[in-house]
Amino acid sequence: MNTQHQHGHSQPRDARQELPPDSALRVKALESLLVEKGLVDPAALDAVIETYEHKVGPRNGASVVAHAWVDPAYKKRLLTDATAAIAELGYAGRQGEHMVVVENTPKVHNLVVCTLCSCYPWPVLGLPPVWYKSAPYRSRAVIDPRGVLRELGLELSEQVEVRVWDSTSEVRYLVLPERPVGSENMSEQALSALVTRDAMIGVARVTFPKAGGGE
Amino acid sequence: MNGVHDMGGMHGMGPIAREEDEPTFHAPWEARVLALNLAMAAWGKWNIDAGRHQIELIPGDQYLRMSYYEKWLTRLIELIARAGLATPAEIETGHPVPGSGKASPLSAEGLAALLAKGSPATRDVTVAARFEAGDRVRAKNINPVGHTRLPRYARGKLGTVERDHGVHVFPDTRAHLLGDNPQHLYSVRFAARELWGDQASPHDSVYLDLWDDHLEPV
Repeated sequence: MNTQHQHGHSQPRDARQELPPDSALRVKALESLLVEKGLVDPAALDAVIETYEHKVGPRNGASVVAHAWVDPAYKKRLLTDATAAIAELGYAGRQGEHMVVVENTPKVHNLVVCTLCSCYPWPVLGLPPVWYKSAPYRSRAVIDPRGVLRELGLELSEQVEVRVWDSTSEVRYLVLPERPVGSENMSEQALSALVTRDAMIGVARVTFPKAGGGE
Repeated sequence: MNGVHDMGGMHGMGPIAREEDEPTFHAPWEARVLALNLAMAAWGKWNIDAGRHQIELIPGDQYLRMSYYEKWLTRLIELIARAGLATPAEIETGHPVPGSGKASPLSAEGLAALLAKGSPATRDVTVAARFEAGDRVRAKNINPVGHTRLPRYARGKLGTVERDHGVHVFPDTRAHLLGDNPQHLYSVRFAARELWGDQASPHDSVYLDLWDDHLEPV
């Protein structure tokens, strides 16, 4: 309970190299207690982990984006009632109960953050990456979005309007990136493969071809 | 509360470290912490707002030092003890006290169904909206010692209601188990210059979701 770590890491720690030695043990002890008390079923924990490691992730969001790019009627539904439109493709549930999709255009660039904690649209993007949950991103995205984007490799024209979405409620935001120039003849499936997690947070563009790197 | 968790607009937190091909979890215990949090929440002894507030209560120096899942572990232990689902002594030793009862946990199917369904924050009750799209509003200057979803950087600032999200539970009371207090939630646009002054671009804006109780008419 009173354990404190003396790492003083201002940057996210690389947990593979520097495992907090007692966290693993404390979790093990806690789980065994809760199993013994009949409060959790270890098989249920295994299933949850399997779900968030392998079933729920940014490929879900990418399929939503690609479908919106090829189907104007779907795109209209997505921008009007995102929760229902996303559910049409089978994605729903915890941390995606109330979805709003915001569209990037040549004139408007959207960026999503949660300054107060780490709110993130799980059903379409999976669990958030460390940088999204980190103090540097959470503190600066609202006061210096252009600097944040520049640092992440995305330079915006002064004329582009930047809209930052701070996720202060249970509404979750997904960015609909611009469809890349040159992708006109691509299939929906091929388009989906171009869409990155970072583009749907709003810190990258979708580029074509993919070999050019989206970030 | 005016804690370090309320980070919007702070300087000095360093560069953004993005990891290529980041794994979902960096260690197996992180995955267990996530799953334990989700499974224990199913007992209904706390809600998502109380869970968030429990993380905010981590002392600031520790909050900044801890990784995300260390915070989730600390929060879970506090919630379990506060709810009486296990005693501090049991948590300390990792063993139930002799003679304590045994519950029946949610099955894998039950938990999966719960997560797939989610927990909507909307409430199907009729509550009058105080504002509508286009209204000019001011975010209240409040400094509660408890939970609030109105960040410091927007307090006292002028904005415009862009959209009514409908009737949502109010985290500021719900986090303290003081009731859902359902009311209208709005997307409110604040010009970047209203929030940050002339250093900000005249084209930019920040959108926050704020509730009726956070806003006053202009």
